Amino acid sequence: MSERPTFTLDGSEIPFEPGQTVLQAALAAGRYIPHLCYHPDFEPHGSCKLCTAASGGRTFTACTRRAEAGLEVQSRTEELDDLRRTLVQMLFAEGNHFCPSCEKSGDCRLQATGYDLGVMTAGFRHLFPDRPVDASHPEVLLDFNRCILCELCVRASREVDGKSVFALSGRGIGKHLIVNSPSGLLRDSEISSTDKAVDVCPVGVILRKGTGFAVPIGQRRFDLSPISAQALADAPRKEPDHD
Amino acid sequence: MVYSSATQRGRQRSVNQGISASEIRDCVDAALARRGREPHRLLQLLVDVQASLNFLPAAALAQIASALDLPLARVRGTAGFYAFLSTEPWGRYRVLFADNITDRMQGSEALLAKFCRELWVEPGRTSEDGLLSVATTSCTGLCDQGPGMLVNGRAIGRLDSARLGEIGRLILERRPLEEWPAGLFHVDDNIRRAEWLLGPAAAPGAAVRAALDRVAAADSTALVGEIERAGLRGRGGAGFAVAAKWEACRSAPGHTRYVVCNADEGEPGTFKDRVLLSSRPDLVFDGMTVAAIATGATRGMLYLRGEYAFLREALDAVLVRRRRAGLLGSGICGSGVGFDIEIHLGAGAYVCGEESALLESLEGKRGVPRNRPPYPVTHGYLQQPTVVNNVETLCAAALVILGGAGRYRSLGTDRSPGTKLLSVAGDCARPGVYEFPFGVPVREVLEASGAAGAQAVQVGGPSGTCIDASEFDRRIAFEDLACAGAITVFGPGRDLFEVARNYTRFFAHESCGFCTPCRVGTSMLAHIMDKIHAGNGSQKELEEMGRLNAVLLKSAHCGLGHTACNPVLDTLKRFRPSYTRRLGSHTYTPAFDLDGALAAARRVTGRDDPAAHLENPP
Repeated sequence: MSERPTFTLDGSEIPFEPGQTVLQAALAAGRYIPHLCYHPDFEPHGSCKLCTAASGGRTFTACTRRAEAGLEVQSRTEELDDLRRTLVQMLFAEGNHFCPSCEKSGDCRLQATGYDLGVMTAGFRHLFPDRPVDASHPEVLLDFNRCILCELCVRASREVDGKSVFALSGRGIGKHLIVNSPSGLLRDSEISSTDKAVDVCPVGVILRKGTGFAVPIGQRRFDLSPISAQALADAPRKEPDHD
Repeated sequence: MVYSSATQRGRQRSVNQGISASEIRDCVDAALARRGREPHRLLQLLVDVQASLNFLPAAALAQIASALDLPLARVRGTAGFYAFLSTEPWGRYRVLFADNITDRMQGSEALLAKFCRELWVEPGRTSEDGLLSVATTSCTGLCDQGPGMLVNGRAIGRLDSARLGEIGRLILERRPLEEWPAGLFHVDDNIRRAEWLLGPAAAPGAAVRAALDRVAAADSTALVGEIERAGLRGRGGAGFAVAAKWEACRSAPGHTRYVVCNADEGEPGTFKDRVLLSSRPDLVFDGMTVAAIATGATRGMLYLRGEYAFLREALDAVLVRRRRAGLLGSGICGSGVGFDIEIHLGAGAYVCGEESALLESLEGKRGVPRNRPPYPVTHGYLQQPTVVNNVETLCAAALVILGGAGRYRSLGTDRSPGTKLLSVAGDCARPGVYEFPFGVPVREVLEASGAAGAQAVQVGGPSGTCIDASEFDRRIAFEDLACAGAITVFGPGRDLFEVARNYTRFFAHESCGFCTPCRVGTSMLAHIMDKIHAGNGSQKELEEMGRLNAVLLKSAHCGLGHTACNPVLDTLKRFRPSYTRRLGSHTYTPAFDLDGALAAARRVTGRDDPAAHLENPP
């Protein structure tokens, strides 16, 4: 087997398979680049911008940039982490996030990323949008207040569940998640609590009813170790090479 | 003039809510018959139904979703993206006042207030009897004859009290738009200076014949070669080499090639493409056809911004005439080349001027810029090789093929050959379209348009550059002030802070919302400018805007986000006192005004005595 090509990430050599993006290769090598809208099971689309990295003075989203041999990538610099902190602050200011009362606390990627990056303040004036919850479905709750518009549920429902339960409407700061049903309510949609779309939500928008607080706060995934230390778990689920 | 109130006008059954199920069905059926049932027809279907019914009833969306085999939410999501589409009933007459800074400078705010007062309607709402709704919209491209407005999508310029009074009367009389006096809708071309592009018009199809002759004499690369020798660069603002774009499309693998004319001229202050489409439509279509011959494209699409819907009928008539003359269709001018053009309408989204967002919109989707690479030249419309060029670029390409690269090179500068159409508006005596060779100093443009004494000029619209009088010797060229041609002039009395505030609101309104920094950042920027405007600004806000700019430059998904802070940074640098004189304190003032928050309670209770206020500030 020939040597795999490599690029450097903050000075370390990262091997990659042709076709992999910078983020995919980094995660596969156990190196963390903060990200929220990326998920290994879906085509990256680069909307949250948390994974913004730089090379040769130009910035790009690491999740969409194809890895190239010899590329010198900077990611965990003070400047880029500062950018990421601002983006996290923007996401907190844009929605209504009350971590202490959120069922997802400790399992939430937005919260975990905020802690990991050292986001200490709100930074921006909160917009306090009016986003009513949809509790119409017997098994699944939708709390739009926490939506960060990563579109993972949109992609999962379309590509994995084959249902297209979710879509986006509006634009700009008015962009919002909508449900595919004549009434617009989840009750009248095709969703099932076993759908991938329910699992994939990185924050506390799509929640299974009847299971709340089954794991006590303090013992949840990101309570145990920071999100950056769990990068390997985010790597593509690929069988090891046997050659 | 005082009219009866909305309630006095009688509790007539609202027209919108009164649409019957069969009327909706017939309307959608007709649109489907006209536009087809492919998913990429979605936006054109929505535009058609909206035009007939004034809004998009739930039943219409459901019928369209089922006919196109799309999820209902996808149809709703597309409808929700475009400002001119609505799933809620608007008034029978929807009046949109253009809200560009030039409209404001021409008195649009006072006119809007007067109109609303006299017709008993609140801005942003529909009157109780469903007769009319009044709101604002982004620049409608009538800056040279503003203030402008759209009534049910039809553009009206030169608003003043008399014309608005007439419009109010026509609305109260419920006269259909077709019966309104034609003079109301008249739009002038205002061509003030012609050089080459706007010179004597070539015969329709002359450039197409020249292109076919050239290809017959040499081969299909001859056209790209001539464009390359001319050094033609795109006129949309970025100045990309046209030959490189055409060649990349020509040599890309694909089963169908497309030529797209970008007529989504949304940059506030720009209107030269409107003038080309109205005065040189044959030249535009000649350019598209030349591009098709050069690249092997068989289908052309002209993406016309919704604000220019009034041009559509005339453009369609030109297409019919060209088909009859053998300039379009199979076997153009007796050659083996087949090419035809259709017109797509936008529906109020500035971001669709970005070429990949425009392609998404052409495909009937939300106008969100794509990730690149791949680029449109290889993966464009329906993932096929596609050339997207601006209206003016295509006109110039046609003339290059007709007159030769040498003639073109004799105009302009070395790095920016040719001429540029400038849309001049604002504080000048003769607003309109001026054609100058590239390299013209701003000062010369100001003198020609009667704008001596200007204190500032916004070159290239909000996403461009604001310059002050010390920079008027700078030149319009890709190597200095690169721009799509908007020249907005601000006279001595103008407040540049208010100019920048208007522009930040524009960006917040037009952000597509795809990426975090632009979606949230443009809104935050608008909030900060409002806070400074209200007298609650401090040094902290100025620093905050610098920080937002860094974030947008580094991480926004497209040019809209990258340039959203330009108006603030440019004016802050050159007209700092217009900001600092507004700052309340040097450290920090909260945006929240406690006493102001009680205003609603005072209004409801009819009180305004001292006890109804917090401790009064002096």
